[in-house]
Amino acid sequence: MTVTVRLPTVLRPATGGRATVEASGATVGEVFDDLIRQFPALRDQVLGEDGTLHRHLNVFLNDDDVRYLGKLDAKVNDEDTVTLMPAVAGG
Amino acid sequence: MLHLARDAYLQMVGHCLDGLPLEACGLLAGRPAEQRASRCYLTKNVAQSARIYEVDPLGHLTADRDAEARGLELIGVFHSHTHTDAYPSPTDVAQAPDPGWHYVLVSLRDIAPVVRSYRIIDGKIAEEPVVLE
Repeated sequence: MTVTVRLPTVLRPATGGRATVEASGATVGEVFDDLIRQFPALRDQVLGEDGTLHRHLNVFLNDDDVRYLGKLDAKVNDEDTVTLMPAVAGG
Repeated sequence: MLHLARDAYLQMVGHCLDGLPLEACGLLAGRPAEQRASRCYLTKNVAQSARIYEVDPLGHLTADRDAEARGLELIGVFHSHTHTDAYPSPTDVAQAPDPGWHYVLVSLRDIAPVVRSYRIIDGKIAEEPVVLE
């Protein structure tokens, strides 16, 4: 499956400034693997040290938060959009 | 300097007051080059706490899409401090998501809300003037 990945401003330096890139995979995890293969500098910003989703990153598969769809195991379809957004939090 | 549209300012402060006794939060949108927040998005604080906040992820996505449809970008975040000054806490600094953003604090410690804005870059806090227009 080929999906469109939309990146927030803060991650674009890792993609040479690109806001939208294409990546392939059957799951969100495989899409991330392909994304990191294309742009290695993204790795530490999208995955935690244990290889799971970075805790300060929110990921949407179309309109759905992937934390409710199995996170990296969520299945993707052709022409889906995966949107990455930094968690916005503080105290 | 942050230029803040008056309507956005009023919505922001109103949202913070409505959120009491918990912290409230929201997002600001504008054209980055103008350093002007023309639009305010009132989001849920999913942390539901008087001490911490987290912008509802779906609210963030919705705001981002709406801003883009209007030719704007998200340029900052605001949140309230219910009992402390309008100054970024260590948590605010540690979790600041984007060095390009404006970080607006609304203190509700006293009767009159106090609004201040900051840039947070590489852990350093720099206050900037807020100009209402």
